[in-house]
This record gives sequence, structure tokens and C-alpha cells, in this order.
Amino acid sequence: MTTDSRPTGADVPPTPDGPNSLDSPTDPGTTHPATTDPAATVSYVYAISRAGSELDTKAAHLTGLEGGPLRTVTRGELTALVSSVPAGAYSEEGMRARLEDLSELEAVARTHHAVIEAAYATTAALPMRLATVYLDDARVRSMLHERRTDFGDLLAWLDGHIELGVKVYADPREAATAPPAPAPAPASAPAGAGRAYLQQRRAQRRQHRDAYRAAGAVAGAVPDRVSALARARVAHRPQQGELAAGPGENISNEAYLVPVERVAEFRQALAGLADDVPGVQVEITGPWAPYSFATPPTAGAGT
Amino acid sequence: MTHDPAPTNSGGLPGIPGVPRDHGITDLSEEESLAGRQVALIDLLDRLLNGGAVLTGDLVLSVADVDLVRINLRAVIHSITPDDPAPW
Repeated sequence: MTTDSRPTGADVPPTPDGPNSLDSPTDPGTTHPATTDPAATVSYVYAISRAGSELDTKAAHLTGLEGGPLRTVTRGELTALVSSVPAGAYSEEGMRARLEDLSELEAVARTHHAVIEAAYATTAALPMRLATVYLDDARVRSMLHERRTDFGDLLAWLDGHIELGVKVYADPREAATAPPAPAPAPASAPAGAGRAYLQQRRAQRRQHRDAYRAAGAVAGAVPDRVSALARARVAHRPQQGELAAGPGENISNEAYLVPVERVAEFRQALAGLADDVPGVQVEITGPWAPYSFATPPTAGAGT
Repeated sequence: MTHDPAPTNSGGLPGIPGVPRDHGITDLSEEESLAGRQVALIDLLDRLLNGGAVLTGDLVLSVADVDLVRINLRAVIHSITPDDPAPW
């Protein structure tokens, strides 16, 4: 075993103490020296909004990651909602390790979300993707300046809108309880038990298939019903795995950008969509800040 | 579907207990948004890992990119459980 295999920070050049506060753009690919100083902090960006809103006063009452207070960082007409986080824990390496741990990931995600929710309740805000980190506030300011046109356009586009999620589920087990139960196998006929079992299995399979077909049809009907009420639509990947605790299997997972005043109409348009369809459920989530619509068009829209 | 048909503008949508259905996010009070609404983690991750404005930050370059998202999802996604057989 070698003792000198890549000690942490060995490949980092000797550093001035404290964060690099150059205002000019630095090469974003370099590891910042600040990561070797345990006391160093970096600027975590939650959201961007227009300058001059109530966000400045609101920020002071919010708590961000690691319990740090929120502040606003302004350049020109844009304001970023920011808090300081330890540079080491939020380096690429530190972040990667933490986000692979589900409980850590959840803690970061919920805090990020809580800040964005509070911001969005105050003013139109552009949510940042999880873990958007800058060396310092000066770098945040130059980012705001560089992207001012994109952000201005996006904020204008999102203004007055919220996001609603629509998920369609196939639940064959629920379908199985809906129609009258198949005739019970005659208890007195042992020879018939095998056949009854097979019939039951076949019926189950049919119910599964029917539930999935019906769910597909319902999912297909959703955009028809609500497209006119929404400004945009994004399809997320259907949810799977142990966190997908919905009723049955998720068949479609969409997000819609809806004008605030049409939210009720949107819900109404989907009300009852699957009422008469055994084994199919529709779930609406939100309102959300417009996470799914915050990607500037140049960077590719959604998934 | 077994859930009661949700009347216009009011409660009862499946799986979101306690979330008022009839108001926009703009009138959420801070208290409600911070304490009163526990959204499903998976819905949140859909949005925080796939959505949100993507910037090239200074330090965390690949956290926002697909590779790390895949890592997260691998940690999160498990295969279909034995008592929940494949649908076909």
C-alpha cells in the first residue's frame, strides 16, 4: 500500500488565503484554492429574480443550507438569492459524496426547495438547479451580468405562472377489486383447483394489461384537455423505485406551466378524467415554482 | 378510480393531504411554504435534478449534469419488488 496516493489537495497550487475575488471571469474548470481552507465559504445560488422586489427584506428572514442566512446579490436589474456554504463540503467531490447519500440529498433538496418556495411566494423567481455554486458574490454578479438577457427573458416568460405536475398511474390491483370477483373455485372439487388457479392467473394478467392500456389512454388524453390552459409542457421520466410511492405504476409524469388565474380551470379540466376507469389514477402536484421551465432555451428545454 | 371526484377548487386530490387545492402559490404564506407542505421527495428530485436553470458554476461543475443525476437515481431506484410483479 502506498501512502502518498493523491492526498487531498496535493495537486492544488499554493494559494493566497481567502477566496479569489477577481471580478474578471476565471477559468471555470479550475479547482478553486479556497477548497483547501476549512473556513472558506462559497456562494450557493438558489434563485434569480428581478432586482427591487421584496426579496431583499424577505431574504433576511430565511435560512439556507447549513443554517446560513440568506442574502441577495444584485447586479443591474437582477438579484440572486444566495447563502454562504463551506467550500469543502460544496466542492465537486464533497457534493458528489453527499448527494449519493439519500438522506443528505433529501436534506439539501428540501432546504433548496424551501428557499425557492418562499422566494416564489414573494416574486417571480427563476429556480436554479440543485447545487449551483460560485466562488464568491463577485462571481455571482458577473454571472448575472453575463446572462442578463436570458434571465430577463425567462423571468418575463414565467411571470404570473406556476407549475403543476400531472402523473398518471396504472394500478392493476385496484382494477382487480373493481369488477365482480371471479367465481370462486368449487371447494369440493380438488381436480378443479388447478384449473381455477390458472383461470385466476389469466384473469389477473388480463387486468394488468387492461389497466396499463387504460392508463396509457388516460395519459394521452391529459394534454388534449389542458394544453389550451398551459403555456408550456415538459415530460419528465416516469417515476420508479422505492421513492415512487404512488398508487400503482407511474405511466406518465408531466409538468405544465399554468397562468396563476387558470389553475382552478386546469384542475377542473382534469377532474373526473379517470373516475370511470378502474385501475387508473391521476395525481396533480403543485403548485410548484417553475422548476421544469427554468432552463434557458439555449441550454435545451427540460428532458 | 376510487378517489372521490374532487369538486372544483377544493380538496381531496389523491396523495397530497393537507395541501389546499384552490390557491396559487402566490398567496402561500412563508409559514405554509416552509412548514405546511411536505412534498414528495421524488417529485422534488424530478424538478431539482432535471429542472432548474442550469448555470456553469465555479466549483460544482458536474453536479448538475447528467452523470451525477444518474448516480443519484441509481441510489434511489430499486428494482421491482417480488410481490409487485412485472405487469405483463
